[in-house]
Amino acid sequence: MITAVRKPMEEIRGMIAPFKKILIVGCGTCVAECASGGEKEVGLLASALRIDAKNRKREIEIKEMTIDRQCVYEFIDQLTGIIENYEAVLSLGCGAGVQALAEIFPVAKIFPALNTTFIGQTKEPGLWIENCRACGDCKLGDFAAICPVTRCSKSLFNGPCGGSKDGNCEVDPELPCAWNLIITRLEEKGELGRLEKIYEPVDWSKMGKGPRKIMREDQSI
Amino acid sequence: MTSSRLKKILEKGHFAVTSECGPPKGADPKAVQDKGKTLKGFVDSVNVTDNQTGVVRLSSMASCVLLKNEGLEPVLQMVTRDRNRIALQSDILGASALGLRNILCLTGDHQSFGNQPQAKGVFDLDSIQLIQTVRKMRDQGVILGGEKLTLPPDLFIGAAENPFADPLNYRAARLAKKVAAGAEFIQTQCIYNIGRFKEWMVEIRERGLHKKVFILGGITPLKSARMAEYMSKNVAGIDVPAEIIERMKSVPAGDQRKEGIKITIELIKELQGIEGVHGVHIMAIEWEDAVPEIVREAGLAQRPDVD
Repeated sequence: MITAVRKPMEEIRGMIAPFKKILIVGCGTCVAECASGGEKEVGLLASALRIDAKNRKREIEIKEMTIDRQCVYEFIDQLTGIIENYEAVLSLGCGAGVQALAEIFPVAKIFPALNTTFIGQTKEPGLWIENCRACGDCKLGDFAAICPVTRCSKSLFNGPCGGSKDGNCEVDPELPCAWNLIITRLEEKGELGRLEKIYEPVDWSKMGKGPRKIMREDQSI
Repeated sequence: MTSSRLKKILEKGHFAVTSECGPPKGADPKAVQDKGKTLKGFVDSVNVTDNQTGVVRLSSMASCVLLKNEGLEPVLQMVTRDRNRIALQSDILGASALGLRNILCLTGDHQSFGNQPQAKGVFDLDSIQLIQTVRKMRDQGVILGGEKLTLPPDLFIGAAENPFADPLNYRAARLAKKVAAGAEFIQTQCIYNIGRFKEWMVEIRERGLHKKVFILGGITPLKSARMAEYMSKNVAGIDVPAEIIERMKSVPAGDQRKEGIKITIELIKELQGIEGVHGVHIMAIEWEDAVPEIVREAGLAQRPDVD
């Protein structure tokens, strides 16, 4: 999933300060799973803004709405006829969602309420970890399904570096060294020999020469 | 074109002595020249660090040229943290054109440890890919992608290895990979735990690597008991055994530098007795003055004349 964290209240308040009628739009997919932009978080943010306005003796009208996906037109279309009634929109979608809203409703003033962070996994309740950089050339098959691009602080393909201690990374001693994990898991599988091969320089251009796109004829109408 | 003196010394079977020079945090050529003057005649070559620990300093390439002009043989350290493959290859050509003959290929310390923690780490290549790249440029006369060079660089290619980092059982395999990539000499992380180093060398000999690559044991003289404790606790990949810390603590603060030098000399003597160790790399961090004394007392002051 794409993970995100809510921006500090101070920053959100600053963005919507000139407006009285505000629509808060949540997204029911990734950011709901990581508890930053789903229906529940929309409600929490709306309440917080209402209380804040009341304390400051400011008038504010907030409408809450959560759509299934903020990055797909069919869902965004549910806002047609509603969004026009509001001076500003606070999106609790990821960066893709905010941009998709703005593209479909170019006149609306749309502000991001989240900081989009990474593609990751819900490791345990309250803990999300980054494990994919969307490099466009997945080599997980060679590395015991542990991504060196994302999980090694130096993105080494021929690791480990000399800074692995007690199985953790020197950059953040709370973080497991990806190469320690790779070596341990390959050893358990009896496949350590895989690492004898030298990985040639990576083709980073697959990560995009600019914004990437996927075009599939079989999916187009 | 003159080739690497360090290479000649190692190929002739001499026990090589190399050292290190950290450039200043300023545009001051004299700081480098002074360090060079201190080391001149006592060592076969001098590594120049490349913004080590991610701290901005006078460039390694410029410092190497300053040392070369003082009559020393520099080893250009090059990290992949700060440059992509375009800049790395360009600098490799530049180094050779300026008459530098040795390169040490490193990934480099993570930028978060330095004084520019907001920097974007490049890591386009890793150290092993850098070794391969220099080798390709030198031996095949091509850059990555196969385009031909008008004149290939002439560089003796080195790499570092850390016998003390985790996972311990993979460290010899990693050296094997560096050798397969084309490394011709290795300078190790600083050795304090000689027992562990010897175990690693057993693995190296079992793999026959000591016959394929020149191995120089790295040593950093301890200045104080505090430094020993600090390195043991805070620097990942450095293994300072408790006995060494205790030994440093057992002498009064004023004599600890002397004790550090004594330990260094003992370690050098141990290294000389290990099959497959071809030299010592003395990294006296901001303590270059100690090197002549160490080299003299280790009985290595008579440096071979190979020119």
